[in-house]
Amino acid sequence: MFNFSYKTQRYLILFGFLTIPVLLSLTFSYYPAVSLFYYSLTDWTGLGWDMHFIGLDNYKEIFTKPEVFGVLKNNAYYFIGGLVQVALALYFAVILNGRLRGKNGFRAALFLPYVLHSVATVIMFKNVYHGEYGSLNMLLGAIGLESWQQSWLGNKHLVNISLAFISMWKFMGLNMVVFIGALQSIPSDLYEAASIDGASGWQKFRYITLPSIRSVMELMLILTLTGALEAFDIPYVMLLGANGTSTFVIQTVNTAFKYQNFGLASAMAVVLLLMVLLFIVIQRKLLFRGEK
Amino acid sequence: MEREGSVGFAVFKYVTIAVALFVVFFPIYSVVIGAFKTQVEYYQSGLSLPKDFFYLDNFSKVIDVGGLMLGFRNILVILFIAVAGNVVFGTMVAYALGRFEFKLRKTIMGMYLVAQVIPMVTTQVATFTIIQHLHLYNTMGAPILLYLGADVLQIVIYLQFVGSIPRDLDESAMIEGASLFRIYRSIIFPLLGPATATLIILKSISIYNDFYTPYLYMPSQKLKVVSTAIYSFIGPNAAQLNVISAGILLIFIPTVVLFLFMQRYIFAGVTNGSVK
Repeated sequence: MFNFSYKTQRYLILFGFLTIPVLLSLTFSYYPAVSLFYYSLTDWTGLGWDMHFIGLDNYKEIFTKPEVFGVLKNNAYYFIGGLVQVALALYFAVILNGRLRGKNGFRAALFLPYVLHSVATVIMFKNVYHGEYGSLNMLLGAIGLESWQQSWLGNKHLVNISLAFISMWKFMGLNMVVFIGALQSIPSDLYEAASIDGASGWQKFRYITLPSIRSVMELMLILTLTGALEAFDIPYVMLLGANGTSTFVIQTVNTAFKYQNFGLASAMAVVLLLMVLLFIVIQRKLLFRGEK
Repeated sequence: MEREGSVGFAVFKYVTIAVALFVVFFPIYSVVIGAFKTQVEYYQSGLSLPKDFFYLDNFSKVIDVGGLMLGFRNILVILFIAVAGNVVFGTMVAYALGRFEFKLRKTIMGMYLVAQVIPMVTTQVATFTIIQHLHLYNTMGAPILLYLGADVLQIVIYLQFVGSIPRDLDESAMIEGASLFRIYRSIIFPLLGPATATLIILKSISIYNDFYTPYLYMPSQKLKVVSTAIYSFIGPNAAQLNVISAGILLIFIPTVVLFLFMQRYIFAGVTNGSVK
């Protein structure tokens, strides 16, 4: 088929196999990131190409308007929910990795929410949380806890918790499976040696399991944090961000596409990007120093 | 891990699992029963099982009014092209990076790693303008192109597999006079099969579930995908919880079936992708 020398073929393969993928990555990851910085310094509306350079005015607006940063406290619900979820995932990973009847079935069942369609899941919870006919209130009524019945989405103190719970519900199983994978890569003779030395179950967990899954923990914490900062689907599908559930990304999307202020939206996106990067750096430096 | 715990801990384990299973299945149970109830029944019968599991009006209603079939068709087209592209590009990149030493190798690898740190949502404003420039706004080309690029996860998984294929195979093929492309096509690509199966499933699930991309880039009614179809359906019909339940159930089915049959691959992909 090819009558070129292997040297020529090598060039052809490298060029032919890498050009398009690399171009895709440059076009849809790097170019947007760079142009975002530029747009953030303009007053562009997103309609037409009429834009003026206005320096750091957009950033000034972000940092002086409390309502922009105020929504970050809504993102915090998703972060706290995420931490609880990681802890639960680790717990279930540990017990479902040990000796237990029917553990494969339990794993599959707990993982199931992750494969369910995300928008349909949120709408499902809309039905669950429905004030009058929601199945959650019906359940509480059926077991005699009428006094616990709530307007889950109407109550300002509960709404964000209700929403963050959906995210926990959906992702717990995924994280659990990742943890199980990490647990299985720990050589079993470590545990045997510890047993001979008389270590208790908790000691084995503390001194063998935890250190061995450190890198996975780190990954999870970063994903939890960035996931919380990027929360969008759940509050948007549920309430369009109304009733005090708006998140930073909802605000960015609205600023760009609803209020036609691409310049300001870009600046918000840059701020979000920098926050994510900052947290990743801090997390790597602080949390896991002493390692490596 | 193994714990020679007390009976108390054993009981605790099963209790917590039971609670978790209840929490997972209760919402699902409520849409399953809701989907088979008439509207009156829905509002009166609470959590009890439907009278008639052959009452299918809700399903036909959500299919007709909600445009679900169009959504299924559109997402299938997008999925097919995007996932095929992903497999082709992913294996090509892994072959090039895994089998050859060249100057830019580290740079390209690093490029993919850094790109993963950039959160997709933050760059949407800028991506949006690129899609407009390419005249792909409101076409299926937009999501296809956005989903097409192989991501670092894919490349890492494929690279591991490429590394485990003995180089002797390549060499003996070269002795027989096979071209490097032929080696990719007849040796590397087929041997990457298990990894490909995993990636096809995981990628399909994530594209099927995506709301953001179709919502922003394909507002046209004709280009509804499953996500946007059900989203636009909840507005005017918010009161008909039974019909909505039927829609949710229909949308759940494809990935659940896929999951039940492909569990092994899915679990393998999730663990391989994240742990290493």
